[in-house]
Amino acid sequence: MAACSVEQLLAKAEAEEAEKLNSITVKKELDLEFDIGNLLAFDKNRVEVAVFRQQKKDEFLLALARDNTQLLINEIWKQPTERVEEAIVAKLPDPVTPLPREKPPPKAKPPTKWEQFAKLKGIQKKKKTNLVWDETAKEWRRRWGYKRVNDGTKEWLIEVPETADPNEDQFAKRVKAKKERVAKNEFNRLKNIARAQKGKAPGLGLTPKAQQSKDELARAVSVAKSSTASVGRFQDRLPKEKPPKNTGKKRKFEPLIGNFSNEKQKQLELLQVMDSKKPKMDITKAVNKQMREEDREEAAAKYKKGAGKRGRKGNMPGKGKGKGGKGKGGKGRAGGGGGKGRAGGGGGGGKKRSKPGKK
Amino acid sequence: KQQSNTQKPKTKRSKRFLESRAPKLTENVKTAMIMKGGNTSQTVTQALKDIYSLKKPNAVLYKKKNITRPFEDSTSLEFFSKKSDCSLFLFGSHNKKRPNNLIFGRLFDFHVLDMIELGIEKYVSLSEIKTSKCPEGTKPMLVFAGEAFDVDNDLKRLKSLLLDFFRGPTVPAVRLAGLEHILHFTALDGKIYMRSYRCLLKKSGCRTPRIELEEIGPSFDFVMRRTHLASDDLYKLAHRQPKALKPKKKKNISHDAFGTKFGRVHMQKQDLSKLQTRKMKGLRKRKGGVDSTEDEAAAAPKQVKVES
Repeated sequence: MAACSVEQLLAKAEAEEAEKLNSITVKKELDLEFDIGNLLAFDKNRVEVAVFRQQKKDEFLLALARDNTQLLINEIWKQPTERVEEAIVAKLPDPVTPLPREKPPPKAKPPTKWEQFAKLKGIQKKKKTNLVWDETAKEWRRRWGYKRVNDGTKEWLIEVPETADPNEDQFAKRVKAKKERVAKNEFNRLKNIARAQKGKAPGLGLTPKAQQSKDELARAVSVAKSSTASVGRFQDRLPKEKPPKNTGKKRKFEPLIGNFSNEKQKQLELLQVMDSKKPKMDITKAVNKQMREEDREEAAAKYKKGAGKRGRKGNMPGKGKGKGGKGKGGKGRAGGGGGKGRAGGGGGGGKKRSKPGKK
Repeated sequence: KQQSNTQKPKTKRSKRFLESRAPKLTENVKTAMIMKGGNTSQTVTQALKDIYSLKKPNAVLYKKKNITRPFEDSTSLEFFSKKSDCSLFLFGSHNKKRPNNLIFGRLFDFHVLDMIELGIEKYVSLSEIKTSKCPEGTKPMLVFAGEAFDVDNDLKRLKSLLLDFFRGPTVPAVRLAGLEHILHFTALDGKIYMRSYRCLLKKSGCRTPRIELEEIGPSFDFVMRRTHLASDDLYKLAHRQPKALKPKKKKNISHDAFGTKFGRVHMQKQDLSKLQTRKMKGLRKRKGGVDSTEDEAAAAPKQVKVES
């Protein structure tokens, strides 16, 4: 009997608990992602678009928001709380979501001359009080600033020291000394700033180091050479020094918005070429092809006889023809390509052509 | 500006001003500048005012129209951000091609990082919804709903941008009764719905309250138009945190599965024969010592046998 009633009690208690939790539990397929530091919740669950379109949008969104907010509040209420002046406060963790900064992080300033010296000697900064007791005025006065303790400018009597010239103006001397001190301080401050800014390294090999590698030195030499008004074009070279490899005319592009008539002309020409149905015959290519055929036949014939070298020599007039073809041929690019190909073919096996200058 | 540091600030006030604008380890709250373009409609001006009231006091609302196009030329925006030290901006404009246009954007080091253009399709202003509003400056709770925010790249950036825009200052603790304001963004059906609610904490049986929401507005239905997102390396550069901020890891501390803390203690080599241990009087060596110990040892196993 007792056992029955105990069971009943337990069941009742459980039911009550469930009911209580009912009001705050929300059922979702996927758990939300929380970032409590930012009070942020992200719900990745799919929303059926059909359902959304049927209902009234605002009501649907309200219900969705209520559910999500309930989950977020549940999560926030799990945080440790404390009481701060009659208000309950929940301590938030650090924000998790990475967000971009406003400005780049600050760079470390190089130490000033005094700071370096202090570090070397182990001198610590001593915090001084702002107010100092002034015996003559019997009150607390500032150490520096308005109505300070040892104000040299306010003295109305200066004793002339024995070693000084009696006609010298001691007050003016004081003023001048102060001006010089101020100027020296300012000068040192500017020197510190200049030293801090000069920290930018000019580049590998350009600063003198103890051991410099060969290419660092070469780089330094090339940089020094090209730092003239004519970018190193008329610099004298050492007797055995090789000419710089990277010089040469850079590929020149037309400016984007410049000669409108020129651009128009070019575009129209291009359209014309595209339009014309007949295939543009590349004369150079045709000639070269023909010549190659002839050569092959010749070579085959000669090989049978057993003199391969003469076949190559026979190509020489072909070279001249190829170059002539360039002038006749179609657009510059195709002709140039044909001519080059021809020359390469004519050269035969081993001889490498030097590449044209780098763009 | 300090004119490359050659001029020192002459007053404490100017020094504080410059220090607040200098790059720091932990930065200030991001402020937003809200401005109008060459032509604006009533909707856009009202929308800008509403968002300004959401973002107060970390926002400045400019009254005059600025005839610039952010997507073409961002120099004007960068100049304004330098002058007012704002790293977020909201630019509203209206023309026939892009009606009721809002451009949300952020800057890094006074250069544009991201810009996203949203068109307002439906708008209900704060004044139209007649309920009591939350006090100014409450930190809002933000909820983003919709898997599109995770799938689409543009929407991912938009989520990050909106979070940056609306989150407010980062606080170590928050008053539980003061969690009133909630901004809810839903990405659905090609549109982004922004709703703003006031949350009422009702009694539930347990400690955590039950939430009831009441719309306070403004409410927007946005559609995404153009975007100008930062390149990956610029984005990464903007996220770089200084090393000093990283939490220092304490060495020699490890935890096992139960949460027990473990550490290693390193000792010098000890001479175990000279160790100072507890002295048991009964085990001390006696004068007739060896025999008695042997007898005891012989007696002990017999006893053990009986007991078992």
